[in-house]
Amino acid sequence: MHELSLCESIIETLTVQTQRQGFSRVRRVWLEIGALANVELDALRFAFEIARRDTVADTAELDIVTLPGQAYCLDCAQAIAVHQYYDPCPCCGGFQWRLTGGNEMRIKELEVE
Amino acid sequence: MCSTCGCGENELTIHAHDHAHDPPHAHPHAHDHAPEVRRLALEQDILTKNAEFAAGNRRLFAERGVLVLNLVSSPGSGKTTLLARTVQTLRTEFPVAVIGGDQQTANDAERIRAAGAPALQINTGKGCHLDAHGIGHALERLPLPEHGVLFIENVGNLVCPADFDLGEACKVVVLSVTEGEDKPLKYPNMFAAAGLMLLNKTDLLPHLDFDVARCLDYARRVNPDIRILQLSARSGEGMDAWLDWLRQGQRSALARQVSRLEADLAAARARLAESAA
Ligand SMILES: Nc1nc2c(ncn2[C@@H]2O[C@H](COP(=O)(O)OP(=O)(O)OP(=O)(O)O)[C@@H](O)[C@H]2O)c(=O)[nH]1
Ligand SMILES: [Mg+2]
Ligand SMILES: [Zn+2]
Ligand SMILES: [Zn+2]
Repeated sequence: MHELSLCESIIETLTVQTQRQGFSRVRRVWLEIGALANVELDALRFAFEIARRDTVADTAELDIVTLPGQAYCLDCAQAIAVHQYYDPCPCCGGFQWRLTGGNEMRIKELEVE
Repeated sequence: MCSTCGCGENELTIHAHDHAHDPPHAHPHAHDHAPEVRRLALEQDILTKNAEFAAGNRRLFAERGVLVLNLVSSPGSGKTTLLARTVQTLRTEFPVAVIGGDQQTANDAERIRAAGAPALQINTGKGCHLDAHGIGHALERLPLPEHGVLFIENVGNLVCPADFDLGEACKVVVLSVTEGEDKPLKYPNMFAAAGLMLLNKTDLLPHLDFDVARCLDYARRVNPDIRILQLSARSGEGMDAWLDWLRQGQRSALARQVSRLEADLAAARARLAESAA
């Protein structure tokens, strides 16, 4: 699935960064993935093992930080926590909420040498 | 680095934090060359590169006044049937064209050409989605339908294409009534990403126990803003509302182009007046 595309994109970014930031190897990569993001974390880890081969991230460890789903309910006029796109608002039971966080797919930080 | 368009890695915009810019390797003192380990804050979206290609495509579409739609669905929902019927009618009103993503064949493009519109097939091989870079290259081989509508038929897959912005104005998710009403709950990211949902194959409803009201309710739970139209690409029932939606979208694309050109013209006039003064 597209987790491999995501990992190829990560590796490409790391490769560009070696030149820009003057390092030769990536030891660790921290990702931030929202709880509602369109990603299977196991598939992502598996794809990373494949994508990192023979690259600057050949032996890099992957650390995934999950970010919580956050939304704003228009009916309750307040911030709420959500876990799925089809969750009802925990206060009013309605679905008139808009996601404010939790669909991120971000490279947060690297450890390099 | 992409040899065809030169759209290489070097154009990638990086938003690294200030403290990451260490001075390049100044060594005033002797020391053993154990690798220096450091942390580097990146805070960069994984799909930054795709987002940049998509932004380029979107700029081009806006300049040429083209409405671009990204059609997504499971395999076999009726996208090509719907598009063939759609272009047959609309091609007499304004330019239309279709880019199709397919893992193997070029059949879909042939069906669109038979309906009278230019079409290009991108074979994605094992790739399960189209990306913005691939669309940019497709446009080297398929002229943009200026002032008209470009349809992109994505690979039949309700998961992966949700993440890849192609530069479209809107994702259109096609769901057929043979698929079960809980698809919006099973593939929420796609329904959340779409602006319009087409419920297709309604001609088959009398033979099925598909619960339309429940399906629409599920879709609106996931995406309260989604527009929904019901139609049959086979019988033609409901096609008019879809065609009108497209005509309206095409007019909006033209109106936006006019506003942009007027703003450009006003700025150019102001520059001229200033240089004369
Ligand atoms: N009964 C009925 N059949 C339809 C309708 N629309 C499409 N079909 C049939 O559904 C099948 C698949 O249609 P396609 O148009 O090839 O579907 P698609 O989404 O382009 O398929 P892929 O490109 O393979 O994902 C064909 O047999 C069509 O004739 C419809 O409105 N009603
Ligand atoms: Mg098709
Ligand atoms: Zn996939
Ligand atoms: Zn509420």
